[in-house]
Amino acid sequence: MKTAKTVGIVGYGAYIPRNRLKVSEISHVWGGGGAPIQEKAVADIDEDAVTIAVEAARYAVKRAGIDPREIGAIYVGTESKPYAVKPCGTIVAEAIGATPCVTAADYEFACKAGTEAFQTCMGLVSSGMVKYAMAIGADTAQGRPADALEYTAACGGAAFIFGLKNHRTLAYIEGSYSYTTDTPDFWRRSREPYPRHGSRFTGTPAYFHHIVGAVKGLMGELGYGPEDFDYAVFHQPNTKFPIKVAKMLGFPMDAIKPGLIVPFVGNTYAGSTLLGLASVLDVANPGDRILVASYGSGAGSDAFSLVVQDAISNDRRLDPAVSIFINRKRYIDYSLYARLRGKILT
Amino acid sequence: MSVPRYWREIKYRYRLLGCMCKECGSVFFPRRHICLKCGSRDLEEVKLSERGRVVSYTVVRNPPKEYEKYAPYIVALIELGDGARILSQVVDCEPEEVHLGMEVEATFRRVREDGPSGIIEYGYKFRPVIS
Repeated sequence: MKTAKTVGIVGYGAYIPRNRLKVSEISHVWGGGGAPIQEKAVADIDEDAVTIAVEAARYAVKRAGIDPREIGAIYVGTESKPYAVKPCGTIVAEAIGATPCVTAADYEFACKAGTEAFQTCMGLVSSGMVKYAMAIGADTAQGRPADALEYTAACGGAAFIFGLKNHRTLAYIEGSYSYTTDTPDFWRRSREPYPRHGSRFTGTPAYFHHIVGAVKGLMGELGYGPEDFDYAVFHQPNTKFPIKVAKMLGFPMDAIKPGLIVPFVGNTYAGSTLLGLASVLDVANPGDRILVASYGSGAGSDAFSLVVQDAISNDRRLDPAVSIFINRKRYIDYSLYARLRGKILT
Repeated sequence: MSVPRYWREIKYRYRLLGCMCKECGSVFFPRRHICLKCGSRDLEEVKLSERGRVVSYTVVRNPPKEYEKYAPYIVALIELGDGARILSQVVDCEPEEVHLGMEVEATFRRVREDGPSGIIEYGYKFRPVIS
């Protein structure tokens, strides 16, 4: 999918809460074997998907250096909505000063709700309906105690502002490609506090099939191979999956390492791919080409090809790099984690 | 707090909007109709600085109703870069770490919620400067 007019990233921002839970703490309590990641980020008692989205959005506006009233659309991708009914997008829009002449809504597509928002923003900007549009992926992911998901479900997010490509855009988008089927590998029923999943069914027919389908489709449309990309960012539910899918598609470890933050942050669901992209933009140079492929259970993958522009070098100091958030941490034990995540009934 | 009152104060709480006296330049938060310094009624709405320093603080260990789950928490008087003084919780900081002169910046957090089915009140808190 290509836009009529080329769209670029005007600004981006990230946010990761400072609490960290080592996976060894979870193993200590529940006795699970293996370590899918090292540690995961946990929201504080007064943080949720909305506060994470607002933090990331504020950094994105600051980096973009634009008047927030020029943002015509705000979409928040999350599966951790604090309200079942009442948009997160309106709160974000009010907090950054984009109201009232703005459209706002929330997206849900498991871990790829953020990249769904990317595509909507690209279309709105390219068509001329809005000057700037903001896409956010933010989650405080849920994992049932002792479930495999509890070892990785984490909190964080990132925001991206899109505008027409010009000399001030940090990177422009060459195209995107979506691969979607009805694959029930992971779900959370209405009013249920925790999701369920199909264990190993979440691998081959779900994560790998859809990402490979989207990335091959994108590369076929653009006439590129893995060698044409300097970086690749894949959805990161654990450390193993993105490394394996990179190998399947022919991307070297060097291409995925700068965006592979899951060992230190965990799976931030809708924030995962976006935080990976933000990490790469923190270190990429003008002319670099970046492949981005999200994955959302249910299931689908959105792939994008981006080319970094000269402006990337000018704006680096305006915004805390993702690495600053990764290194800003305080360790908590399982009991405090259980309280913060509402796992203890009072 | 009633829903209408929260709604009326949203832009001030979300975006740190205060007011400045057009006569003497004093800055206030929350907004005032009469300048506390010179008595002028000519004040305008201004965006406040999002950075400041702790000028006084206390640690709340026996919180009022609806704040129980946040305890222990730090409440500080903060002097912002533009001279306004604001009372706020300080988060991402242990009670033993807070100190006079500490540099802090505004953040966006849950401030209170009306039980599990009522509205969630969001607003400013402050935290140690990240970068």
